[in-house]
Amino acid sequence: MTLALIIFRSLRQHLLSTIITALSIALAGGLLMSVWTIKEQSQATFTRVNIGFDAVLGPRGSKLELVLNSIFHLEASAGNISQADYDFVRHHPAVKLAIPIAVGDNLRGFRIVGTVPELFSAVEYAPGHTFAFAAGQVFHPDAKEAVMGNFAAEKLKLKVGDTFHPFHGLAFNPNEQHADTYTVVGVLAPSNTPADKVVWIPLHGLQTMSGHDPRAANDLSAVLIQLRGPSAGFRLDMMYNKQGNRLTFAYPIGAIIADLFSKIGWFDQVLTLIAYLVALVSAAGVLVSIYNSMSARRRDIAILRALGARRRLVFGAVVLEAAVIGLLGMMVSFGVYAAIASGVAAVIRTQTGVVLDPWVYGPIMWQAPLAMTALCALGGLVPAWVAYRTDIASTLAPSS
Amino acid sequence: MPLLSIRNLQKSFLSPEGGRKVIVHLPAFSLEAGQQLALRGESGSGKTTFLHLIAGILAADQGSIRLGERDMVGLNEPGRDRLRAQSIGYVFQTFNLLQGYTCLENVLLGMSFGPGADRARATALLERVGLGARLHHYPRQLSTGQQQRVAVARAIANRPKLVLADEPTGNLDRRNATEALALIREACRESGAALLLVTHDPEVLGAFEEVSDFATLNRVGEAAA
Repeated sequence: MTLALIIFRSLRQHLLSTIITALSIALAGGLLMSVWTIKEQSQATFTRVNIGFDAVLGPRGSKLELVLNSIFHLEASAGNISQADYDFVRHHPAVKLAIPIAVGDNLRGFRIVGTVPELFSAVEYAPGHTFAFAAGQVFHPDAKEAVMGNFAAEKLKLKVGDTFHPFHGLAFNPNEQHADTYTVVGVLAPSNTPADKVVWIPLHGLQTMSGHDPRAANDLSAVLIQLRGPSAGFRLDMMYNKQGNRLTFAYPIGAIIADLFSKIGWFDQVLTLIAYLVALVSAAGVLVSIYNSMSARRRDIAILRALGARRRLVFGAVVLEAAVIGLLGMMVSFGVYAAIASGVAAVIRTQTGVVLDPWVYGPIMWQAPLAMTALCALGGLVPAWVAYRTDIASTLAPSS
Repeated sequence: MPLLSIRNLQKSFLSPEGGRKVIVHLPAFSLEAGQQLALRGESGSGKTTFLHLIAGILAADQGSIRLGERDMVGLNEPGRDRLRAQSIGYVFQTFNLLQGYTCLENVLLGMSFGPGADRARATALLERVGLGARLHHYPRQLSTGQQQRVAVARAIANRPKLVLADEPTGNLDRRNATEALALIREACRESGAALLLVTHDPEVLGAFEEVSDFATLNRVGEAAA
């Protein structure tokens, strides 16, 4: 009771510095947990996202670019492949399913992707999950109809029955509007995949969009492939990447994305280092905050000692006070973490369609509070030593 | 057997000029249980140092300070802290109340280092010194006279055998000084504690039946530094 009372009263007596220091701890802790969780979640989620496909076949170029373009609907298309290439791979005995896609247009910044209706019926974008419709149905392959990804529909405020004119190019330019009019016939239920931020239209529609080069009317951007087994992937990899030189076979998708993360690993390390530095500075802030108030506290400490408090009690009280400031800060840090992680998750969803869940439990949720509290207690050791050494006689009443 | 028995007590400090300066050198001093004694002494005569030595706040260079069966000089610092908390009450000239704590908490905190916090007794003591309505007030909300009353309540809260009072009226006006002095003496009498009070105030000294001159007791001139 005594220790708790001493700590509580001291925190209250120095309320402003307690609040400011705890807030800096909260910021540091929130940042630390956010960086860590976003990093872990992004890596885990992005390497898992393949919307049900094992591989992508596309024009000769970077495998990463091909995957980003055809699975995540990011980056520019590296070029086209021919209908013949599609027909060949579609009928290859190693291939279970091949879905063609074509890109090149957008609707106010949301990518329009041409594909076939089978994408919505024959593909499990995640184990046990096929694309479901929140409203309407799939487009007819020969009609000027569109299926909206859920996020795209929400942001573009389009519903079944609405019409729109596509814009040329992958980047939105209001002067590049096509004359074609498309009618929304379906809105996908949320899948938490990049498919949510896409406006899907029939493959033929995109290929023959007014203003497109008629010579490319049968070309495709890529083919999304389901394989019959793992060995099939290596056979096709050998055929397209090692022996051939016209096309690129990106397989396995998860490993290619993992490679991306390993390439940008330095960025994670920089962010983590910054978070660690912020944590360290905050712990130093605890030290400075308590140390600076020691001259004001010294008299109280001397009185406590005069009343019979042992040196180790006042030492422990200061260390514990520092730890409590750290703990208070870390309690608030979950709010900071929620704000940062939710914001980042929203940006990632907007940019990629991939939904991260910041509330999935990770060991950092207890490791960070524990480490920060311990670090703050460590920061309290210096002022605690000053408290320990406080001389009662010289600090208290004038001598007579 | 006296409650407090001091023999050959000596305390010196490093002087600014180098070397050590003896501040306290008492060949003999004693106080009986329940006795109330005032020590006359001018400022800078070493009275406070003497009380600090008895309370174990300072360690003596040599000699013995027996409080009942225990020799304060022979104890290490935690032992002195414990003995002070359990057996000695201290009233300071500047009250030395903890400003961030209520009156009740000031008394309870003093108890917690001794026999343990007893809320009922702390409340009763504050009522006894006339502050029953101010239990949850902070020292800054009290007059100086009231603050000294809280300090008195805190000093006797642990049922000490000995209360040391260092110029307890030095910061009070005459009316409050008279009341505070009477309160300290009554409180000690009621609790059976001996009282050793040091002051240079003739009016305070005049209130005591037994008065000693500290300069006579403290023979620093005879000490070898």
